[in-house]
Amino acid sequence: MREGVLVKPYERLEREQLEGIHNASLAILRDPGIVSYNREATDIFKENGAEVSSHGAYWQISIPEWLVEGSIKCAPSVIKLGARDKENNLILDGNEPRVRFGTGSESNVILDIEIEEFVSERTGGKRRFPVFHRRRGTVRDLCEAAHLCEHLQNVDFFIRTVNIQDEDITNDNKDVNKYYASLNNMKKHVMAGLTNVKKLDEVIRMAEIISGGRGREEPIISFVTCVTKSPLQLVDDTTQNLIEIAKSGYPVSISTSPQGGSTAPLQEAGLLAQLNAEILTGIVLAQLVRKKTPVLYGSVPLRVRMDTLDNMYGAPESNLYNIGAVQMARFYGIPCYSTAGIGDSKFPGIEASVNKQLSHLYIALSGAQYIHYAFGLLEGTNTFSPEQAILDDLHIGIIKSLFKEQRIEKEIGDSLKEIREVMGTSHKMFTRYTRKYLRKGGFVPFYPYEGDANETLMQVKERKEALVSAPVEEIPADIKKELFQEFDILDRIK
Amino acid sequence: MVKISHKILANLKEDIIKGRRNKEDEDFEGGGVGEPGVVELVEDALNRGVKPKEIIDCINGAMVAVGKRYETGEFFIPDMMAAAEAVSVGMKVLEPHLISAGERMEKFVIATVEGDLHDIGKNIVALFLKGGGFDVIDLGVNVPAETIVKTVKGEDAKFVGLSALLTTTMQRMGEVVEKMRIHGVDAKVLVGGAAVSAEYAEQIGAIYCKDAFEAVKVAKGG
Repeated sequence: MREGVLVKPYERLEREQLEGIHNASLAILRDPGIVSYNREATDIFKENGAEVSSHGAYWQISIPEWLVEGSIKCAPSVIKLGARDKENNLILDGNEPRVRFGTGSESNVILDIEIEEFVSERTGGKRRFPVFHRRRGTVRDLCEAAHLCEHLQNVDFFIRTVNIQDEDITNDNKDVNKYYASLNNMKKHVMAGLTNVKKLDEVIRMAEIISGGRGREEPIISFVTCVTKSPLQLVDDTTQNLIEIAKSGYPVSISTSPQGGSTAPLQEAGLLAQLNAEILTGIVLAQLVRKKTPVLYGSVPLRVRMDTLDNMYGAPESNLYNIGAVQMARFYGIPCYSTAGIGDSKFPGIEASVNKQLSHLYIALSGAQYIHYAFGLLEGTNTFSPEQAILDDLHIGIIKSLFKEQRIEKEIGDSLKEIREVMGTSHKMFTRYTRKYLRKGGFVPFYPYEGDANETLMQVKERKEALVSAPVEEIPADIKKELFQEFDILDRIK
Repeated sequence: MVKISHKILANLKEDIIKGRRNKEDEDFEGGGVGEPGVVELVEDALNRGVKPKEIIDCINGAMVAVGKRYETGEFFIPDMMAAAEAVSVGMKVLEPHLISAGERMEKFVIATVEGDLHDIGKNIVALFLKGGGFDVIDLGVNVPAETIVKTVKGEDAKFVGLSALLTTTMQRMGEVVEKMRIHGVDAKVLVGGAAVSAEYAEQIGAIYCKDAFEAVKVAKGG
């Protein structure tokens, strides 16, 4: 099992303040309530005691406090997420601040790096530089990203990093292809959003074939659905996704992405109250559909930039919102699908890493159980850079080691022995004893990329080539055959 | 009999790679305590009539293997130092036998020059040289030129290694070379340390070594 790192969480908000946000969310859910564009959800809320008024194209739902409170109690605190390799299983406990990092999510653009040679006008000397090319993501890119992430030590779970936009990918075959592309190239837990809810059964069946019949008790796949459009509106198709996923009993992250300053209040209290109300709406719905539906408290809040009103993930407020949301999830004892590692830089390297590292560290400190978006994203969530994912893996490894369990009592005796022994040598170096710790893992022996920003990127690109060439254990051939017979998977990703 | 001695030499090689000086030392995983280490294995081999030259060849082979692991990134400097340290304690056991067999360990005098107290680099180089089979005479830190020259002469050393961290103390290296010339002491002078450069070494008539690996390579005539 992937243990993650247990942290002593940084509690920015006091318990009374969390209760205050909870009460504000309850008040919001009562008045003004939620706007629903989904008929089935509206009916479910109505049948279970919510007040509903019809407004033509939508319904206004006023959700009573007792319904919310009851549903929160119903949501499990512990969620088991399986993986092709059981060593990669995850157990998320909403009451335990144990941190894991994963990828995300559906970037449209892939950033390629090519190395080209340039001639100096001044000296005539030649030098090689990285050059960037942007293009639309394909299913092959998704295969390669999963392959890469299988080899990245600190990727604890995988959410597809790239939206597959091949011409032969359709609304009907997109789901099986995206899950297959991910699962065939890695043995870690795979989560994704559904494109076509009618394909849910196919996707679940595929996962059960691949896992040898491990079903929802140890699911190797799970789902994410953004049911609300901020502010406080239940979207028709994603809400339907939630209803159907809840019926299946598979784990689902109920995410929402209010934008502070535009689709949500800028101030922390208002944003958190609204975000919490939006997630609670999804949690209530999931529990009404099927009691004990395993749900993750999915928070993806951010602030907008003031010159364009576009998303500004790297804004400090985005991190403040996130850490508050992590605390709210823990307040309810529900595992938190949180957000870190997104910056606003358009290119991989120093600026992107600085921007990301701030939130990686801050959100890790908060004790979120399931931190997505952490690898390779650029210019918000628009672009995926495999090279940046490699840098992020290194930096997240460094952050994880900051939360290593302290072993003062266990180490002190050995340390005294070492000091005495070393003082008896001519060289007076502790290197002999260093070796043991070096081999225990979780230890970055040296920063592996040296040089100016361009040289570093060329080194990382070389590393990427090596990793995507290193083999992964694909799905066994007989199982593949069965999958290709039963599902519309593209031949070229066999 | 032959088989046993082969096994001892194979274990010796393995223990050098693991940096186990003696039976008290752990291996990489923290195990192995109580099992014979380099000292015990060299003694055992000698007692069983293995020739010192064969043992030396085994040690050299082990250090080559250690070097390869470093080059591939499997080993780090701490591993190299532990292996070199294991060799140095093994060589102490072996030395009298080498002498009686007419073999000679090359002497290497090493010191941090006068005015300078920095010795981390010098100590690493000394350890690597021991691992390379040299009889290293380490004079320590803040050593006056006269002492160095006298020792090199007295010990009939073929090599002298000088270390300096500071640009101010680096100048003492030139003094050592000059004094050696005056006293007719013929030894190769290897210099290194943060302040030292290849240009400076050339200027004073010494050989610049950027690190411990290069020092061993130069001393071995590579």
